[in-house]
Amino acid sequence: MGLPPRNSRTLQTNEAVIRFDDVWIGFDEGPILRGLTFSTQPGETLVLLGETGTGKTLALKIAAGLLRPDRGAVHALGQHVTGKTEEELLEFRRQVGFVFQEGALFDSLTVGENVAYRLEEDGASQEVITPQVQEVLRFVELEHTSELLPSELSGGMRRRVSIARALITRPPIVLYDSPTAGLDPITAQTIITLILRLRDVYGVTALMATHRLQDGFALANFHFDPKTRTVRRGASSNQDKQPITRFLVLRDGRIYFEGSPDELLKSKDSYLQRFLI
Amino acid sequence: MSARSLTNFFTAPRYNQDTLDQMDDIGVGSLPIVLLSGFFIGAVMVLQTGSQFQRFGQVSLTGDIVSLALVRELGPSITGLLVAGRCSSGIASELGSMLVTEQVDAMRAMGTDPSRKLISPRVLAALVTVPLLTTISVFVGLVGGMVASVFSLRLSATTFWQRAIAILEFSDLMQGFTKSLVFGFILASVGCYKGLTVRGGTQGVGRATTQAVVVSSVMIIIADTFLTKLALYLADKL
Repeated sequence: MGLPPRNSRTLQTNEAVIRFDDVWIGFDEGPILRGLTFSTQPGETLVLLGETGTGKTLALKIAAGLLRPDRGAVHALGQHVTGKTEEELLEFRRQVGFVFQEGALFDSLTVGENVAYRLEEDGASQEVITPQVQEVLRFVELEHTSELLPSELSGGMRRRVSIARALITRPPIVLYDSPTAGLDPITAQTIITLILRLRDVYGVTALMATHRLQDGFALANFHFDPKTRTVRRGASSNQDKQPITRFLVLRDGRIYFEGSPDELLKSKDSYLQRFLI
Repeated sequence: MSARSLTNFFTAPRYNQDTLDQMDDIGVGSLPIVLLSGFFIGAVMVLQTGSQFQRFGQVSLTGDIVSLALVRELGPSITGLLVAGRCSSGIASELGSMLVTEQVDAMRAMGTDPSRKLISPRVLAALVTVPLLTTISVFVGLVGGMVASVFSLRLSATTFWQRAIAILEFSDLMQGFTKSLVFGFILASVGCYKGLTVRGGTQGVGRATTQAVVVSSVMIIIADTFLTKLALYLADKL
């Protein structure tokens, strides 16, 4: 298994890993995010749930510093993300893994080169790069695809390579943009298992944008057992015995619901009920 | 964006391998069309002007006129337009495709500055290769002119070359070189700009590709006029 967290930064207990304070962003068609305020604790997975166009992806891109909000502030890993220059953001983004919806793999590079990209950028030698690439590809069970081009992979395999690429520098935060969208249920389950492993074995803090409630509940109701290397029923919890998966439902760019999976399940709200059907 | 691509040359990180790859694509890749067009443009110039010179019994001036026209004007502008047609569109479509498939965002998400990784290598490659291609085009054009002179006007090859070289001054060479440098910058930066500002998915990539060729070609022709005027002004002053 290997893959110890490397890029992690020591955070104070209860210090939010990611914090949004009244974040607004809009385009020609008007505001998309309207005053988003939330935070995530270390090791927590926050599931951003919402219909298409509610601003889930925008929230992730703002968290990674890829977009600048019109108003409000974002803090991540103790840093004021929205106050950084583009140069400073380049350095900050090295501590954040981003898994794009369609993988966003470089189509002219092989799988191995895609995964090695960050290390190559850092000027690491081949002696360092090759074993690390093999290690993360083994983690996503794709070590045999190193020499293939992304176009030769299936959609699910491309997502797994994208996860491997995000992992190569062992970031303490990983942002998943609809990682199972458009995949068949079995492949989607493989992706969710990978996300579970990252969370439960390495304590990665994650934001996951999705419109599939079942993905959120899979993260909430199952955990990965590193000893048996199997996914088991039962929620993961932190030191305070609090569940480490929370839901944030977005509607029209605002937070409509924030709470635990149980609270979501028990809600009688008609809009939330539509996700549960 | 263009200014930033130039200032990137002076600070790390530099993407030397990407620059070499782009030089190979823009320079070596454009060589066949530049060779072919250069040769035949030189030849057709002789055919067109030679008949006029024959009327006045001044056939030997053919070498002068072909040389001046190629070095000052036709070499840089035809090469610029040909490379713009081939590479400006290629750059726009490549970068546009990367943008719509979120590869540019992925690059930024991994801490890479796209202006350093994508724009600067292409601009630098064009700045180096377009003047070289222009030089080759001018030389091949003169060869084409010489062949046409020998076979069509019965002018000796030696006379053609002697006249073609003797007429050239340093200012002519500088004029051609400056134009090719500016045209190289235009075609690469327009291609990058159009590619990285694509809107509207794959359809937008198609539009950006067409616009890149049109805008860079028009800009090259306009810049040519101003550079010619500037060169003539400076030639008078110096």
